[in-house]
Amino acid sequence: MKGLKVRDLQVEIRSGERRLVPVDGVGFEVAANECVALLGESGCGKSLTALALMRLLPEGADIAQGTAELDGIDMLALPEREMRRVRGGRLAMIFQEPMTSLNPVLTIGQQIEEALTAHGDASQPGIKHQARELMTAVGLPPERLAAYPFQLSGGQRQRALIAMMLAGDPEVLIADEPTTALDVTVQAQILALLKQLQQQRGMGLLLITHDLDVARDMADRVAVMYAGQIVEWASRETLYQSPFHPYTQRLFQVLPAISRRGQRLAQIPGNVPGPEVRLEGCRFSGRCLRVMDRCRQETPAWRQLSPDHGVRCHLADGVDPMAAPVAAPAPSETSASPSAGEGAAKATGPVLALQGLAVHFPVRTGLLRRTTDVVKAVDGVDLEVHQGETVALVGESGCGKTTLARAALRLLEPTSGRLELLGRDIRQLEGEALRRQRAAMQIVFQDPFSSLNPRMRVGEILEEGMRALRPELSGQQRAAGLARLLEQVGLPQDVVGRYPHEFSGGQRQRIAIARALAVGPALMVLDEPTSALDVSVQAQILNLLADLQRQQGLAYLFITHNLSVVGYLAHRVAVMYRGRLVETGPAAELLTRPGHPYTRLLLGSVPGRGLPETPASVPGGQAAAPGGGCAFAPRCPQMRRECLEEQPALRELAPGRQAACLFPLV
Amino acid sequence: MMPVVLWTDLLVWLLMAALVGAVLLIRRQPHLRAPWGRVARDPMAMAAALVLAAYTAIALLDSLHYREALPPGPQGEVHYAPEVKSVLDRLLAPLVERQEKSYSAPFATHAFARETLTGPDGQTIRDFPRLIHGGAHLADPVRDRAADILARLAAGLGGGLVIWLAWLGLRRGPRRRRHPQLPWRAMDVTLLALMLVVGALVALAPHYHVLGTDKVGQDVLYASLKSVRTGFLIGALTTLVTLPFSVGLGVAAGYFGGRVDDAVQYLYTTLNAIPGVLLIAAAVLILQAQMEAHPDWFETGAERADMRLLFLCLILGVTSWTGLARLLRGEVLKVRELDYVMAARAFGVSHGRILGRHILPNIQHIILISVVMDFSGLVLAEAVLSYVGVGVDPGMYSFGNMINGARLELAREPVVWWQLGAAFLFMFILVLAANLLADSIRDALDPRTRQRT
Amino acid sequence: MSAYLLRRLAYALPILLGVNLLTFALFFMVNTPDDMARLHLGVKRVTPEAIENWKAARGYDKPLFLNVQASGSGVLTDTIFFEKSLAMFAFEFGQADDGRDIGNEIRTRMWPSLAIALPTFVIGLLVNISVALILVFFRHSYVEWTGVVLAVAMMSISGLFYIIAGQYLFAKVWALAPISGYQDGFNAARFVWLPVLVGVVGGLGAGARWYRTLFLEEAGKDYVRTARAKGLSEARVLFRHILKNGMVPILTGAVAVFPLLFMGSLILESFFGIPGLGSYTIDAINAQDFAIVRAMVFLGAVLYILGLILTDLSYTLVDPRVRLK
Repeated sequence: MKGLKVRDLQVEIRSGERRLVPVDGVGFEVAANECVALLGESGCGKSLTALALMRLLPEGADIAQGTAELDGIDMLALPEREMRRVRGGRLAMIFQEPMTSLNPVLTIGQQIEEALTAHGDASQPGIKHQARELMTAVGLPPERLAAYPFQLSGGQRQRALIAMMLAGDPEVLIADEPTTALDVTVQAQILALLKQLQQQRGMGLLLITHDLDVARDMADRVAVMYAGQIVEWASRETLYQSPFHPYTQRLFQVLPAISRRGQRLAQIPGNVPGPEVRLEGCRFSGRCLRVMDRCRQETPAWRQLSPDHGVRCHLADGVDPMAAPVAAPAPSETSASPSAGEGAAKATGPVLALQGLAVHFPVRTGLLRRTTDVVKAVDGVDLEVHQGETVALVGESGCGKTTLARAALRLLEPTSGRLELLGRDIRQLEGEALRRQRAAMQIVFQDPFSSLNPRMRVGEILEEGMRALRPELSGQQRAAGLARLLEQVGLPQDVVGRYPHEFSGGQRQRIAIARALAVGPALMVLDEPTSALDVSVQAQILNLLADLQRQQGLAYLFITHNLSVVGYLAHRVAVMYRGRLVETGPAAELLTRPGHPYTRLLLGSVPGRGLPETPASVPGGQAAAPGGGCAFAPRCPQMRRECLEEQPALRELAPGRQAACLFPLV
Repeated sequence: MMPVVLWTDLLVWLLMAALVGAVLLIRRQPHLRAPWGRVARDPMAMAAALVLAAYTAIALLDSLHYREALPPGPQGEVHYAPEVKSVLDRLLAPLVERQEKSYSAPFATHAFARETLTGPDGQTIRDFPRLIHGGAHLADPVRDRAADILARLAAGLGGGLVIWLAWLGLRRGPRRRRHPQLPWRAMDVTLLALMLVVGALVALAPHYHVLGTDKVGQDVLYASLKSVRTGFLIGALTTLVTLPFSVGLGVAAGYFGGRVDDAVQYLYTTLNAIPGVLLIAAAVLILQAQMEAHPDWFETGAERADMRLLFLCLILGVTSWTGLARLLRGEVLKVRELDYVMAARAFGVSHGRILGRHILPNIQHIILISVVMDFSGLVLAEAVLSYVGVGVDPGMYSFGNMINGARLELAREPVVWWQLGAAFLFMFILVLAANLLADSIRDALDPRTRQRT
Repeated sequence: MSAYLLRRLAYALPILLGVNLLTFALFFMVNTPDDMARLHLGVKRVTPEAIENWKAARGYDKPLFLNVQASGSGVLTDTIFFEKSLAMFAFEFGQADDGRDIGNEIRTRMWPSLAIALPTFVIGLLVNISVALILVFFRHSYVEWTGVVLAVAMMSISGLFYIIAGQYLFAKVWALAPISGYQDGFNAARFVWLPVLVGVVGGLGAGARWYRTLFLEEAGKDYVRTARAKGLSEARVLFRHILKNGMVPILTGAVAVFPLLFMGSLILESFFGIPGLGSYTIDAINAQDFAIVRAMVFLGAVLYILGLILTDLSYTLVDPRVRLK
C-alpha cells in the first residue's frame, strides 16, 4: 500500500532503574492523499509518536519495538545513513513553535535551499527556481527568500517551515500542533494551506492536535490517543457522529460552546495521567463513568467494530460489529444550572468602570534617550463590569488585552483615563490607600506553572493575601478561611503542607483561584485561565468559575482568545483590536450577528465549521497602521476609501451594542 | 596558653556554622533536598566532597590559634610567646621541629649541597653531610634506607587499611541500609585512598622528609599542609565577604530598575573597566604602604598577615562581584515579571516581603552555584598574585609563596623540583576536587542543565 | 550608526571619569604623597626635607584639587588632580620614578606584548573551538567523556605549572627555545613560539569546556531538530547550524577582550623575559611605582570600553537580528 503504516510502536525512556513507556503499542495508517489526525491531550504521547517516526526522539528516549512502513519499507529498521534520505525527503515534519524552529542566523532562502540540495539535484539555478516555486506554493512572496526569520510574523514563519519541508516532495507530512502557537485567524489560514497542499500533491498528512475542532475540519480519519495508546480509530464521520469509547464521548461533551450556554458542562473527573503513572487494566478506568470491575484488572484488547472503526474498550465485547454503533448516553449532569443566566443583576453600580483608559509605553531613542514615540498598548478604553456579570475581553495576541487587565488592577500604571472600583476612583491612590482597595480586585493567570511560587507551600501561598490585606484575622480565623477556600475550589484539606510542583495544571489553577478568592474580591480578572489546560480539565475549571460566580456574585473580566469559551460563559463581550475596543455587546447577539468586520473575521476563523475558502496570506496583526483611518482597514474585506481617512469611534448599533465601524454589518 | 582569634578564624568558623545550619535546613525542606539528593547520588561528586572534607579539616585545625605561655616572670606575671601557633602546628610538631640547614631531596639522608666537612680523623673534605633529622636513625643509610622505608611504608599502609576495614565493619552497615542511594563504592574507595596516604605519612614523616626540605631546611610537607588553610580561605571567604554587595546591588538593580539600575550598572561597568590584577595590585600596594607606616596596628606578625589575607579576600571580591551582580540582575528582571510576583503585588505585599519570599528564594541557586564555581578559580588566583608580589603576606605559608620561593631553583643542577611539585600537587588535588563538586552542584541546581540531560 | 557611536562615546566618558576619580582617590587621598615618599625613602629616620624634595621632584607637592596660591586658571590646573589625573585623558602619563616617559614606554612595549598575546589569543580560540566541536560531534561516547574529564583536569592545574613545566622541558632540557628574552623583527618568532604554546595549552581546558557548553546549548534548540528533520547530515547540522549560532556569543566575547591584548600577559611576559607591557606592569608593582600603575589602570579602562563598543558593532555583523539605533 502507498502511504505510512505504523504497527505496535513502543517508545521507552530509561533513567537509571526506571523505565517509562510513554508510547505503548501504537498502530495506525496514513494513506496517500489522506489526512489522519492523531488526537489527544497533553502527555498522551502523540508528539513522541511523531518524533519516533522521524527517528528524531530526544536524548534518553528510544524506540523499543514496532514497525513503521513507508511503501513497504520499515523506516525504523533503516540504517541512519539511509534514514537521512527519508527524513525531509519522503517523510517530513513541521513543528509547533514557528518562532524557535527556524535558524535565526540563516535566511529563509538559505534554509529552503539547504533542504533542496539535500534531496534533489544540486544545480544552483534549478534550486533557486525551485525555492521560489515553494514560496509561491505556501503563499509567501518569493522576495521573502532573502528575509531572516525574525523579519517574519508567526504565520509567515510557519509557512516558511512548510516550504522547507515540501522541498523533498514528501509522501507523508507530519504536522505536530502546527497552529497551536498562532492566533485563530492565522490558524485558519495555515490549516487551509495544509489541506490544500495535501490535496494538490496527493500527500498523506498526519496532523497531531489536541483540538477536536481542528481535527474535524482537517481529517479524513482520526486516531484518539490516551495515555500512550490509541483508544479509538475511525473515519471522521463515524467518530464525530457516533463515538464509541467513553473517553471520546466525554471529550465531545466537555467542550464549551454557545449552544451549551446556561448548562453545566460535563466533566471528566481527575487529571490527564503522565507517563510516570503506572496504570493497571484499562488506562482510562480511573476516570471512566462506565467503569466495570473488569476494566481495572484486564487490559482491553483492540476490537474492530466495523471496517473503519476500531476501539480499545471492554464495552465493545458483545457488540455485534454489524449492528449500529452504540449511541452516546446522555450525560447525567448536564442539567440546567442557573449560573450563567442571561442578564445578570445590574441594579447596583458597576464593580469596575474604565473611562478612556490608556497605557502608553515610551520609545526612547537618540543621544539623550528622549521619548520620541509611544507604543499605545491600550488607547482609550471604556468598559464596565457589573456584579455577577462576566465580560469577555477578546482579541488576538498583542492587541493589548493583558495590558488592559493589568492596568485595571493597577499592576501597571495607566497613562490617562479614569479607573473606578466600586464607584471609587483608584487611579490616583497610592500606598496604603491603594493597598486597602486591592482586596476587592484579584487576578488569575494563564500559566498555572509560573503563577505559583515553587518555593512556598500551598498553605503559605493561600495565606499570603490574607496576611497582607486582612491583618486583623487571627491565625485560627485564617486557618478556618483556608479550609473553607479549599472546599470551595474542590481540593482536599491536606494540600496546605505540599508544594506546587506536586500538583497538575488543573489543580494548580484551582489553587490560584483559591488564592484570589482568599481576600474576598468583588472583581476577578481571569487572564486566559483555561488556555494552558487540557479540554477535559478546562470543563472542571469553567464549572468551578460559574459556581463561584453564582454563589458569591463575583464580577469577572474574562480575557481569552477562545470564542467557544466566550460563547459558553460570557454575558457581554468586548472585542479589542490594536489597543481599542472595536465592538461590545451581549454575547449571544454579538457572536451570532457580529457588527464589526473584525468580529466576523474572528468568528469565521474558529475551527470546527469548515475551512475558509482562501488560504492566501492576509496581513496579520503586524501590518502597519494607516495614517489616521481605521486600524483594521488593511485587513478588512469591506474596506472603503472613507475607512482610510476617518478613525471610527464606538457607536450604538442597538441598545447595549456598540461597534467602531463606519459601515457596521448590522 | 592564650587563645587567639584571628579575623579569618572567626569568619571561617562562622562559615562552618552557616554550612551546618544550611544542611539542617535543607534536610527539612523536601523541595530543597531534591536537587541536593542528585549531588549525593553522583559518585564523582561524593568522592570529591570527601577529598574536600579532608582539606577542610586541615584548614579548620589550622584555624584554632593560641599563644603559648612563657615561664612566669620574677613577680609571677604571665607573658605569652609572640609567636601564634595553631592546633595543626601542635599536631605536626615533629615536622616543625625537625629543621635542616637547607635543601634536601625527598627521603634523603644527606643534604642537597656539598659542604666542607671535618672527618673523624681531622681531615677536611667536601661531601654531602648527613641530615640532622632525615633518616638520622639509620646506622648505615646507604645500606639500610630502602629496606627501612619499605618496612615503614608497609606498616603505614597496613595501619591505614586496618582503620579503613574497621570503619567498614563498624559504621557502614547501618548507614548503608539507611541511605542505600548513596554511591558507597566510590566513597569507600576514596576513603581507602585517603587512609592509605595518611597512614603512610604518619609512618614515614617522623623519620624522613617525605617531600624534602626547602631553602631554610623547613619540611616541605609541613609547608604544604600549612598552605592549605590560605588557599581554602581565599577560595571560600572571597565570594562570601562580597556577597552582600553583589546580591544587594544586583537584586536592587533588577527589581527596582530605573535610576537604581542605572546607578548599579554604572558602578559595575566602572569597576569592571579597571583590569582586575591592577586593581588588586594598587589596593595591596596601598595597604602595604599603610601597614608599614603604622607598625603599631598589629600586636603579632600573624595578626598582620591575617589582616592582609582578609583584605586580599575583600579586594579579590571587589573585582569579581560584578559578574554575580550582573547575573542576578538579569535573573531578577525575569523573576519579577513572573505571575506569582504579579499575584503578590495584586495583594499589595510590600517590596521587602516580595524580595524575601518570592525573589530571593527563586534566585538562591544562582548565588550558590556562583560561590562554588568561583572557589577553584580563586585558589589558583592566589598563586598567581603571590607570584606577582601582591598576594598574601610573604611570611605566610601559601602555595603561591612556595612556588615563588622555588621557581628560581629550577636553574640548579640537579633540579630542586620537590617544593614546586608539592605545591602544584596539593593545589591540583584541591582545585580538581572543587571543580568536580562544583560541576555536580551546578548540574543539580541549574534548571537549564537539568532539562538538557 | 554614527549617532550610535557618538552615544556610546558619550557613555564612555563618565565611566572613564569614574575610573579616574577612583584611582585618584586610591593613590592620592587614601595613600598620600607623604606616604609614598616614606615608602620609597624608608620609613625610619626620614627627614621632612627629604620627603619634600622627593615630592617636589615628582610634582606631588601641589594641592590636590584647589591651588589657592595660584592665579587665574592655575587655581584649578596647577593641582595634582589636574596634572596627574585629568592629563591622562590626553594620554599624557607623565614620568615614571626612574624619570622615563611612561607614554613612550607604552608605545614601544606594546609591540612585544602583542607579539605574544595576539597569536596566543587567535590560536587559542581556534584550538578551543575545534576541540569543543569534536567533543560535541562525538557526544555520548567515550571520546566526549575522556575529553571532558581531561578538560576539567587541565583547568585544575595552575597556570604557573604550564609555564614552569614548559620552560623547563622545552627550553632547558630539550633546548628547543631560548629560556627568556626577545628580539624584534623576524627573530621574534624564536622567542615567541614557546610562550604562545604555553598560553594556548594553559587555556585549553577551560576554553574547550566553555565552548562545548555553548555549543551543547545550541544543539538542544528547536531549529536543530528542524535541520535534522530536513535530512541534513550530522556534520552539516553541526557546522552550518550549531557552529554558526554558537559563534555569535563566541565572536562577540572575543571582540570584547581583543583591545585588552595590548596590555599583554603579566605572567607569561615576566617568566619569558618579554619586554612588553605585562612585564612593565609587574616591574612597576614590584618597584612600587605608582605612576606607572596609574597609567596602566587608565589605559586598561580605555581599552575595556573600546572592547564594549566593538562588541556591539560585531553583533551587527554576525547576528542579523541586531540593528544598532
